[in-house]
Amino acid sequence: MKESHCLSKENKLAELFLHYKDMPGALIPVLQQAQEMFGYLSPELLRQISAGFKIPLSRTYGVATFYSQFHLKPRGRNIIKVCQGTACHVRGGSKVLEAIKSYMGVETGETSEDLRFTLETVACLGACGLAPVITVNEETEGQLTPEKAVKRIAGCE
Amino acid sequence: MLNLMDNCCPKCVHTSSAPCSDYITCRTRGPFCHDDKGCQDKRQHYVNNVRVPAGGELRQIIVCSGTGCISSGSVQLADQLKQELDCTGLTERVRVKRTGCLGFCENGPIVQVQPEDVVYVKVKPTDIKDIVTRHLMNGEIVERLVFHDPAGTPYPHFGQIPFYARQTRVLLANCGHVDPEQISEYVATGGYQGLVKVLQQMSPEQVIEEIQRSGLRGRGGAGFPTGKKWASARRAAGDIKYIICNADEGDPGAFMVDRSVLEGDPHTVLEGMLIAGYAVGAKVGYIYCRAEYPLAIKRLKTAIEQARQYGLLGSYILNSGFDFDVYLKEGAGAFVCGEGTALQAYIEGLRGMPRVKPPRSTEKGLWEKPTVLNNVETLVNVPFIIRHGAAEYRKRGTEKSPGTKIFALSGAVTNAGLVEVPMGQTLREIIFGTGGGIRDGQGFKAVQLGGPSGGCLTEQHLDLPVDFDSLLSAGVTIGSGGMVVMDENTCMVDVARFFLAFTQAESCGECTPCREGTKRMLEILQRMCQGKASMKDLDDLERLCRVVKNTSLCGLGQACPNPVLSTLNYFRDEYMAHIIEKRCPAGVCSALVHYRIDGSLCRGCGLCLKNCPVQAIQGEKKQPHTINDRLCIKCGVCLNKCKFKAVVRA
Repeated sequence: MKESHCLSKENKLAELFLHYKDMPGALIPVLQQAQEMFGYLSPELLRQISAGFKIPLSRTYGVATFYSQFHLKPRGRNIIKVCQGTACHVRGGSKVLEAIKSYMGVETGETSEDLRFTLETVACLGACGLAPVITVNEETEGQLTPEKAVKRIAGCE
Repeated sequence: MLNLMDNCCPKCVHTSSAPCSDYITCRTRGPFCHDDKGCQDKRQHYVNNVRVPAGGELRQIIVCSGTGCISSGSVQLADQLKQELDCTGLTERVRVKRTGCLGFCENGPIVQVQPEDVVYVKVKPTDIKDIVTRHLMNGEIVERLVFHDPAGTPYPHFGQIPFYARQTRVLLANCGHVDPEQISEYVATGGYQGLVKVLQQMSPEQVIEEIQRSGLRGRGGAGFPTGKKWASARRAAGDIKYIICNADEGDPGAFMVDRSVLEGDPHTVLEGMLIAGYAVGAKVGYIYCRAEYPLAIKRLKTAIEQARQYGLLGSYILNSGFDFDVYLKEGAGAFVCGEGTALQAYIEGLRGMPRVKPPRSTEKGLWEKPTVLNNVETLVNVPFIIRHGAAEYRKRGTEKSPGTKIFALSGAVTNAGLVEVPMGQTLREIIFGTGGGIRDGQGFKAVQLGGPSGGCLTEQHLDLPVDFDSLLSAGVTIGSGGMVVMDENTCMVDVARFFLAFTQAESCGECTPCREGTKRMLEILQRMCQGKASMKDLDDLERLCRVVKNTSLCGLGQACPNPVLSTLNYFRDEYMAHIIEKRCPAGVCSALVHYRIDGSLCRGCGLCLKNCPVQAIQGEKKQPHTINDRLCIKCGVCLNKCKFKAVVRA
């Protein structure tokens, strides 16, 4: 993946820097929004943010790797999150996960080579009444069985 | 006047830049600044119609739009309903309203018809026509869509459904009834009256006293008295103080309680924070919300915007000289941030790692300033206490744990969902009464409370009253209200492993006992689940539990052995079966379970083959099939699907 970003995004980044310039505790919201713009936090982007806010790169990197929502690698077109909360677990959430893993041929946290899927687990999606639950991109799918889950995912582009 | 908050006519003098102190009461009982029967009627009409009164012309259809119902398709339902009403010319007389979560997620999407309070469950787009033509036009209840209990008895009315009938909905009174995206609906139902009361009639000390008298205890887990916390922050030196609302909702499995309140009634949380800010002397509040709750974040943003627009957040609130504003902080995914000091580190833009206490946050918290950190549910109690008084509040619950508590009842229970009950109700009443018992006729095995910091209770504890102290004496905590019911098909060693896997992954790595200890504990539990553990492992595990519990820096580490200790305490025989017999009695641990097909019973119908998600079953039609153990993920679909009992689990 090239580290080149188009101009409008560069402008947006500059705007972001300006907006958060003097705000205490700005690093995390900046990382969040930068990731939203670029899809993931590339080494170049982390360097730019560190320089922009005069924060040591080590600290920026430390924060970016601490929180599970920051991604340092490109992600797939479809983000599948499998809930591993207690309610989902006791209703077979791990079996759903196993089935999805075996269908996609990737492990948790990995992206398929064709960038079709990224598979993640999440501690809880807050839809415990619908356990077991997964999200396919922004959509929540509940009351799944392993075969229903695989069927749903197979429908992704 | 479409919105209760706006000026009713040019004579109304209110502007948010020059706020009147009576603004809120004026909305519901006014106008006070001018005398106009017409304006008064308009306001009364609005107030009366938030919950449409019986006997009137107007009807209201509430489409539950919490996360659960949305994922079962409620957005499309609401749109379709509007269309259908348009077609039949009922738009004038029937209002469609989208609300927050009603808590009965499993039966979603839920549609409620008011004023008769008829509830329809699992409504599909094809059912809309029936609801409109049969119910709305002909006044006939569509019986096939109402809730039926497992015995087949229909319960058409909200108050009759066993799940709701046994609840005491005080904190959740607005959830599923008011539109969370309209501040005027909240105001019309008495919202922000608590704020008005403290600003006009009470000194900060009196507010704290009232909260102390109410006996309110923090709903985040430990049950620390809220009034005491506020008093200590008020006493702390310094002009700058902070209020933080913790909406990080820790426990997997309880991730519904705060979410539902934030989605369904966000203004109550803001009002609670405003009152806290006034009492403590803070001007700034933060809400830390998990990013996994996009809908809650969206509705909170709307609520904050509206509160600012109408001068309920900002400076000089209601002409009182009290300034307070709230900022939303979206989490970035770290369980440990539910811990107070870690959360503060997050807001400061650092890695969310806890620090050593003391000093307590009420003395030195966010940016080293005195900070009060309250959980969402705690803050939701505050407006009620102020509006109705501590004595009224104490009428529910027990002497030492007053009030009600919201639980996320889930797992192997018939009616899963959000349940609000008075403190002190027994586990049996909650699980077998409100929850309707164990699903699919299975037997009760255990209930897990308090998530990864809590523990399991068994049959013998079912008559234990659920309050802070009784649970603590049984070795578990109330946590943030997760109540996961487990049936006989649950393996308790697997449950312990599951929680440890969670805490191990979420351990921030700062202190050694938690970082290394959880890892080693998890390895032992994994070995047990794979049938590779020895008796020495069991001894090591118990010792590690003690060490991690006693020496970890923060609550995450100190509490993480609890699920292991409580399962060891009550289900030691299951651990022994895994270690000595290499057997998983519940048939859950996949390494210890094998599926095979009994050739003499298999008719070769192909049903298992078709349903196997990993194509591990082979066989010709009408010939006995076989399972390839290497490919099998032990999901058990074949066992459940087979009509001839040919699939055997061993």
